[in-house]
Amino acid sequence: MKALTWQGVNKLSVEDVPDPQLINSRDIIVKVRKTVTCGSDLHLLGGYIPFMKKGDVLGHEFVGEVVEVGPEVRNHTVGDRVVVSSFIACGKCWYCSQELFSLCDNGNTNPAITEELWGYAPGGCFGYSHAMGGNAGSHAEYIRVPFADVGAFSIPDDVSDLRALFASDSASTGWMGADLGGVRPGDVVAVWGAGAVGQMAARAAVLLGAERVVVVDRYEYRLEAVRRHVGAETLNYEKTDVGGELRERTGGRGPDVCIEAVGMEAHSTGPDYAYDQVKQQLRLQTDRPTAVRQAVHHCRKGGSVFVLGVFAGVVDKFPLGAMMNKGLTMRGAQMHGQRYIPMLLERMRTGELVTEHLATHTMPLTDGPKGYELFKEKEDDCVRAVFEP
Amino acid sequence: MPGTRVVTTVAAVGVTGWAARRVLTRRAARNSSVPNRWRFVTVNVSPDRVTPYPEPLRSLGPDAEIVVRPAPGGKGTEIGVRLAEGEPTGAKAAAQRFAGTDPRQAVRAALRDAKQLLEVGEVLSPDRPGTTEKTLTGKPLELAIAHAKGEGRS
Repeated sequence: MKALTWQGVNKLSVEDVPDPQLINSRDIIVKVRKTVTCGSDLHLLGGYIPFMKKGDVLGHEFVGEVVEVGPEVRNHTVGDRVVVSSFIACGKCWYCSQELFSLCDNGNTNPAITEELWGYAPGGCFGYSHAMGGNAGSHAEYIRVPFADVGAFSIPDDVSDLRALFASDSASTGWMGADLGGVRPGDVVAVWGAGAVGQMAARAAVLLGAERVVVVDRYEYRLEAVRRHVGAETLNYEKTDVGGELRERTGGRGPDVCIEAVGMEAHSTGPDYAYDQVKQQLRLQTDRPTAVRQAVHHCRKGGSVFVLGVFAGVVDKFPLGAMMNKGLTMRGAQMHGQRYIPMLLERMRTGELVTEHLATHTMPLTDGPKGYELFKEKEDDCVRAVFEP
Repeated sequence: MPGTRVVTTVAAVGVTGWAARRVLTRRAARNSSVPNRWRFVTVNVSPDRVTPYPEPLRSLGPDAEIVVRPAPGGKGTEIGVRLAEGEPTGAKAAAQRFAGTDPRQAVRAALRDAKQLLEVGEVLSPDRPGTTEKTLTGKPLELAIAHAKGEGRS
């Protein structure tokens, strides 16, 4: 089959690779209908997460059709149209029983790597390096889905592939940030990053009853999408003082909940950007935490900061003093998709949650390298590039 | 050069992690009165489900002592294993770890597999056939993957 593969730092190509096979009894094989780029893929592409091998298939956010089922699969049959959680979870361990699915004990076949890095291993993820299990990704004609009864969900007939596609990761991740960040009716919520995850976090905050939701970014076309499709306010950090605006919009208190949806390759206009770049390139820190610092700094006393952006290792100049002295609650997670996807599909069905606008570019899988170039360089107002194998 | 960046990062992460771990484990060893480390997993089943032991634990044979106890807070059952004859040390241990014959690796792998059998009923296998190619710069990662069940902190 054809698949979009990682060939080295900033090198992608479409190659012929072996078809996936049913291996475990709870596996299904899915014929991929749509699969989409994600900002976190850029960390793999750029070599910031150094656990990739030449030939690894990228992609973790997808919808498709079930074409084979293992003997122990109960919820799916051949022909089902499914959306699949990007994280692989068994549904049986203690973490899954607590609905912390991305922390599954049994979903990562290479647990030692992340145990050494982070103390304990999270679950596995499709197409997200050998630290996350080395599972083949979805930028391919077919994909093997382990623990299918737990991670694959049938799409209602009246929800399109394109809308359901983003339940796989972006919408689940965004919703998790608002939910576990503790957004309550009447809150003011600030979201750093107006990519797909940031937009979905902002939409979740709106739907959870936040009084005001403010999204911070520098790309006007993304901020325009936030205003038009999400129903949130926007701030362009290249044109305004974000801290001053947030104080003004919150009566001087600061946002109740701050959601970081940027990750380890953050950009800013301040001198900290150059500082972080130098330290990252010299490997004195692995990640650039610019947006995290801002979220901690601008959050109200006693507020909550949730980190949705992907970070891999260690950062410098973390404002621990602000966090401690302001009494902040700080939390982060990879996405617990299995917890949210059924609810998100229902909201998609009713029209509360729309996602089609995120798919700014659709192209055949064979154009995958071009799609990533558009996405990485934010060319042609790209938010997400969708591939159709 | 991008390739150099990857190699440098892998090396930096690996060396830093290894060095930190050496310092911490040596310090802990000096302060410890436990000759052989118990290695544990917690399984999300009741203690009566653990016996008879799953095959991966039985296959460790008489060299392994096994303890089973309830986990607090409704978190299931703790299963611990330690090597009755002690753990390898020094150059021999390093060679065995590299070769994948360190008995501690067998204990960790057995605990992980036993946990999956008890909780899920089968052991999750990686994708095969794989899609990757062997490269010189990929060697350290291939070694890490080869030992990924036997290494780690359990």
